[in-house]
Amino acid sequence: MSAASEAVGIEAGPEERFEYVLRLADTSLIAGQRLAALLGHGPALEEDLALGNIALDLIGQARLLLALAARIEARGRDEDALAFLRDAPEFRNVSLVEQPNGDFAQTIVRQCLLDAWQVEMYESLAGSRDLQLADIAEKALKECRYHWRFSAGWLVRLGDGTAESQARVRAALASLWRFTDELLSPDALDARMAVCGIGPAPALIRERWQSRLRVTLAEAGLDWPAHQHYRWHGKRGEHTEHLGHLLAEMQFLPRAYPGATW
Amino acid sequence: MVSQAAADAATLERRVWRTLESVMDPEIPVVSVVELGIVRQVRVGPDGRLRVGITPTYSGCPATEVITQMIRAALDQDGFADAALETLLWPAWSSEWLSESGRRKLEAFGIAVEGTGSQSPVCPRCASRRLERVSQYGSTPCKAHYRCLECLEPFDVFKCL
Repeated sequence: MSAASEAVGIEAGPEERFEYVLRLADTSLIAGQRLAALLGHGPALEEDLALGNIALDLIGQARLLLALAARIEARGRDEDALAFLRDAPEFRNVSLVEQPNGDFAQTIVRQCLLDAWQVEMYESLAGSRDLQLADIAEKALKECRYHWRFSAGWLVRLGDGTAESQARVRAALASLWRFTDELLSPDALDARMAVCGIGPAPALIRERWQSRLRVTLAEAGLDWPAHQHYRWHGKRGEHTEHLGHLLAEMQFLPRAYPGATW
Repeated sequence: MVSQAAADAATLERRVWRTLESVMDPEIPVVSVVELGIVRQVRVGPDGRLRVGITPTYSGCPATEVITQMIRAALDQDGFADAALETLLWPAWSSEWLSESGRRKLEAFGIAVEGTGSQSPVCPRCASRRLERVSQYGSTPCKAHYRCLECLEPFDVFKCL
């Protein structure tokens, strides 16, 4: 079912559309920045290249989405201004993606939880009434499916691997699971975008995300973690302490040297 | 009957395609941006303005900007300086857009092409189909890394999204 079938002719205003696109954009941007920090530090050359390529896709998606947000906002900011000149409380990414890279299991689990969500979101958003958003979603979907193949493959290998890899992937799941509820719990904006036919029905995303992960966790020999309530609201700018450190590194150059070019 | 204006537009479009066929991919200099399916559209609009539509292969491909600059330079040089360059995201690029000649040139260059569906790539060196995938990812966003189990040669595969 596409997002458009939810439409009942209610028009969304530019402010809420801007906010909604920012959530998607910032989630990709911060996830991409996290993975980019692993360049040269991957456990093997192949994984290093893989994580770098996934980072590149995510940052590319973020750029397209931020440019769209900038056009919706129409206040003279471009995608660079949005990426580099906002402070942490103005970022709208989900809290999951700002969590540190940790060990390889932590990186893979974080990516896997995100990939499953992005695949379902973009699949649905490809049918959005907002055609510019739909075009980006269709392109991002192809890339995210490929990311999921990588991260889910590793989740299974780690879970079904040695006692050490299994212990690490269990610990990573236990530590990151509390951030998943934010992905799946709709707030007023998510609900409104669904009604307007721009975003997917949140219940649908929850159901599909869960069934996708259930299969992979079972294959990995990992138990479905117990439900944990979330206390973080990255979607409305209330972030964990990690985001500020990430932004300090990401934004340093354009802030210290405004207008710098290659 | 075709009007003179339409015939002129068709001739102009044809000349622009010729120009673009000479623009090679900066990472894989044996194939042109036309053969890769990056140039999606050349048309003269109702206002008489020439428009060239290009699409990125992968959202974050760093070559996209270089390719845009190269296309711009080629258009300027061949007298199409007033052409407008537009980025088209839809329909999303797919390796199916790779032309048959592009596919052959890539293979001659040592890059196999992942076919659609069940069609598996073949080793560009010995044409064997006994291959193993070393990594889903490779040296650029559009490639994966394989090894031939027959001649043991490692090689890149232009991947299929």
